[in-house]
Amino acid sequence: MIPASFDYVRPTSVAEAVQALADGGDDAKILAGGQSFIPVLRLRMGDPSLVVDLGGIAELRGVREEGDKIVVGAMTTHHDVTRDDLLNQHVKLISEATKTVADFQVRHRGTLGGALAHADPAGDLAAPALALDAEFVIAGANGERTVAAGDFFEDYFTTAIGPQEILTAIRFPKYTGWGARYEKFNRVAQAWSIVAVAATVKVEGGTITDARIGLTNMAGTPVRARGVESALVGQTMSEETVRAAAQAAAEGTSPTSDADAGSDYREHLAKVLTGRAVLAAAG
Amino acid sequence: MTTVENNAPAQEIGRDRRRKEDRRLITGRTRWTDNQALTGLLHLSIVRSPFAHAEIGSIDTSAAKQIPGVVAVYTASDIGADAVQLPCAWPITKDMKSPQRPALAGSRVNFAGEGVAVVVARSAAAAKDAAELVEVDYTELEPVLDMEEALKEGATLVHPELGTNENAQWVFDSGEAGSGGSATEALSAAEKADDQVVITRRFRQQRLVPVFMEPRSTVVDPSGEQLVMWSSTQVPHILKTMLALTLGLPEHKIRVIAPDVGGGFGGKIAVAPEEVVTLLVAQKLGKPVKWTETRSESLLTAHHGRDQIQDISMAVTKDGIIKGLDVKLLADMGAYLGLVGPGVPILGAFMFNAIYKIPAYRFDCTNVFTTKTLTDAYRGAGRPEATFGIERMMDEVAVELGLEPMEFRKKNWIKHEEFPFTTVSTLTYDTGNYEAATDQAMQMFDYDGLRREQEERRKRGDVKQLGLGISTFTEMCGLAPSRVLGSLDYGAGGWETASIRMLPTGKAEVVVGVSPHGQGHETAFSQIIADKLGVPFEDVEILHGDTQSSYRGLDTYGSRSLAVGGIAMVKAAEKVVAKAKPIAAHMLEASEDDIEFTAGKFSVKGTDKGVGIQDVALAVFAAHDYPEGIEPDIDAHATFDPENFSYPHGTHLCAVEVDTETGFVQLHKYVCVDDVGTVINPLIVEGQIHGGLAQGIAQALFEEAPYDESGTLLSGTLVDYTLPSAADLINFDTANTSTPSTTNPLGVKGVGEAGTIASTPAVVNAVLDAVRQYGVSDIDMPTTPFRVWTAINSAKGTAGRADEADVASPGAGLGSTAKDMPEGGNL
Repeated sequence: MIPASFDYVRPTSVAEAVQALADGGDDAKILAGGQSFIPVLRLRMGDPSLVVDLGGIAELRGVREEGDKIVVGAMTTHHDVTRDDLLNQHVKLISEATKTVADFQVRHRGTLGGALAHADPAGDLAAPALALDAEFVIAGANGERTVAAGDFFEDYFTTAIGPQEILTAIRFPKYTGWGARYEKFNRVAQAWSIVAVAATVKVEGGTITDARIGLTNMAGTPVRARGVESALVGQTMSEETVRAAAQAAAEGTSPTSDADAGSDYREHLAKVLTGRAVLAAAG
Repeated sequence: MTTVENNAPAQEIGRDRRRKEDRRLITGRTRWTDNQALTGLLHLSIVRSPFAHAEIGSIDTSAAKQIPGVVAVYTASDIGADAVQLPCAWPITKDMKSPQRPALAGSRVNFAGEGVAVVVARSAAAAKDAAELVEVDYTELEPVLDMEEALKEGATLVHPELGTNENAQWVFDSGEAGSGGSATEALSAAEKADDQVVITRRFRQQRLVPVFMEPRSTVVDPSGEQLVMWSSTQVPHILKTMLALTLGLPEHKIRVIAPDVGGGFGGKIAVAPEEVVTLLVAQKLGKPVKWTETRSESLLTAHHGRDQIQDISMAVTKDGIIKGLDVKLLADMGAYLGLVGPGVPILGAFMFNAIYKIPAYRFDCTNVFTTKTLTDAYRGAGRPEATFGIERMMDEVAVELGLEPMEFRKKNWIKHEEFPFTTVSTLTYDTGNYEAATDQAMQMFDYDGLRREQEERRKRGDVKQLGLGISTFTEMCGLAPSRVLGSLDYGAGGWETASIRMLPTGKAEVVVGVSPHGQGHETAFSQIIADKLGVPFEDVEILHGDTQSSYRGLDTYGSRSLAVGGIAMVKAAEKVVAKAKPIAAHMLEASEDDIEFTAGKFSVKGTDKGVGIQDVALAVFAAHDYPEGIEPDIDAHATFDPENFSYPHGTHLCAVEVDTETGFVQLHKYVCVDDVGTVINPLIVEGQIHGGLAQGIAQALFEEAPYDESGTLLSGTLVDYTLPSAADLINFDTANTSTPSTTNPLGVKGVGEAGTIASTPAVVNAVLDAVRQYGVSDIDMPTTPFRVWTAINSAKGTAGRADEADVASPGAGLGSTAKDMPEGGNL
């Protein structure tokens, strides 16, 4: 790999990193795990003047419980997310989705915060974060602010993070006891999602009492399938009910057409995969 | 002199030894071409055209030359690269149209990725930075992308100076050759006969990329008396001779070294423009120079494979006896002719009749120029295309006639007792037993059980439907009898050589002309020599890939290394034994007539006196006492020219599950029983089959190198060129039957390409078998979920590229189709 030349700093605190970004100007870029940024550099699709490597900031790693929230440091690797007991117990959907990201090597490098900040519509973690009503903690020169998931994803590769801000943590409400399934559809195991569905449901006494569903790659941003959610809640759990509710999955989406899928095929997949995801989550 | 003890080593041939080369390969301790570090080494970066077809105007190199560390920036004419004619060794017809193929384009580029200038710098980074600053003024021309359009009157010409986009037309007609009837007559008779039908199909062989693991690399050191080129090539010997012929260099002043090479699959059978550019720059500067490509450069510019349109008609009686076969091919050469490019489809000419007794056959192939990357050999070269065509046809005809597809094959194949059998395409198959391989495969597969399960799933209307696919293949390999190659106008012979050097301590160095690049030759060849000389496996070293030690050879391709090179080794070993025998007799003070050689020992018949061949090696080294009139030397050299090809065959059975809601195809079961003759190392044979299957299955399900309407390759990264990994495949159930070849003393047949050749039609036949019930008649390869779903849900029941958006998906190296990168944000 021979990228264009750039300056490089490796701060050890969030404050230092924010300062480095401010000093670096518009062409400064943040390196988290490098899952997407390294290919960008390798292909010379990006030409940063300064790379601010967050790898040296210990406070950005790890998962902790804070009252009724589970807080994940932005630099926590995918591998660590999949192995974390708190997440497996309380936010199973994010664990399930993370297991499908890329391959072992990439999961040891790539980070939850990096993937969410990159906001690739085909990335696997934005839809679960949206479905789970995650909150995004963002640090800048004026301190910290928190953005709700619904306001965080703005467009293709575009989030609420400002040019001189850093995503430091993601807060998830607890979904203890909820079933979860990330139904990913791709051509080969290491490929990006053509469409994927993140579903987590609460079933009590055979009745679906709550449901959260997010769609991957059905628009420039992740999409919440609220029509499906409301059609499910209060229903008796059955394959028929779920498949009927899943017919609303493509509402409000605007999927793209490419060589792997036409937009009508993506809409069809969203319905099929939503049904499967909910059934598996409730199973 | 020693007394013979009964400690003969165990037979090596047939042992599943672990590969001795793997330790250095897997741990990365070997030196690949890119690892060659020479004092003062300079680095190249090639400036490539983004356009498929364009006139080159001015080239401004001034900004590039300002980059610190840049030594020079050359356009084609600066180093004479535009005047070079890169070689094509296979002029398939006397009037074949052949464009000049330069090392760098001078006035016009003919495919996207063609080199137009080269930067030389003290570091690879500086070279790459500077290459981005070379300003080339292009005037775009119309691209030529569609083979059928390219052949029409008034079409844009890739090479206007040729006056046509047709490279050549090559025809074989069994009526004219006298090896059978006229297929044209057989088809027209069938159309008139009440008890016969003619069935016609069109199949598309998509364009593929070989995707070897090690990208290509070349280092040239011009500072010694011999110019030395290290290159990641399959063909060091051919490269050396061709460099001499192409550039007018004295052959004895060139040394080519192919160090350990990380895969080739045919993709490194080439005299690459980059190899020549590296050499020209090294000569001009008088300094060592290196070029190493990036993966994207490799996908874009290393030669591609396949890319044919096949129109096939079969005349058949209604009870299933084949009367005639007519094959018309269009083969895409790309922008230029590669080393053997025009001959690749011709290698398929002899294989469309496959294992079947076909009384009349016609093969008519037209090669076409387009403004795409050139095509050339890719694992199987011509034979996968032919096997796909005939095995898909066998299923199609069986469906039309309402016959069970395996029963239809049985009615027409060559029976075991009919061997040796001379086919309608004039080849003589020496041995084979299609019944035995098929019986075993059907049993391992539980064919009848799976058919029952398929029926049950249909009745239940399962979301996941089962499909079963068959491929009963054979192929011709072990390239090749030199006289046959001569009759096909190929530019070289097909022999192979080996030399054995017996060292003073009794160890053996075996110098071979074949050139391994991952196959495990060092292990398998050591096993052969250990048996033939009766020395321990550990005492044998295989030397290859350096024209200084291995001065004579024709390299590795076409599953020839064992079937041809291995036999040269056996012949050389026999000569060593013959030369050692009189010396042993002298040492044993016995008559040569009384000496017998067994398991590495010369012994005197009827006595316990004997001497080992390794002791004879020491004796001739000392040379203190040897018979009058012979030389003190037991080294030997042999060349073997095969009298026939070898014909491995096998029965491959594939079951797939098609998810009818999503179109996703999941492999369910794969069984293959291959007859590759005598097996030297079962572990290596199984590895070759597994890798071959993965590549053949990948053509059916995953791989494709498409171009958009402007002639831009859409699969320029490994995100876009879909390769399977182990996670996407299943356990393969493999087995072997064996009818040893009678045309070589080891009884071996080739195995390197068998899995790739056989597997593709088995998979596609299985996919179609699952979805024919929905009115689906064909699906282009690769049978992606989108295509399968589209075929199920479209009225015409077919799906291919024509239905799809012409955009890469996902984007270059990233997940999304959006090309713009974000400003800010964590990545």
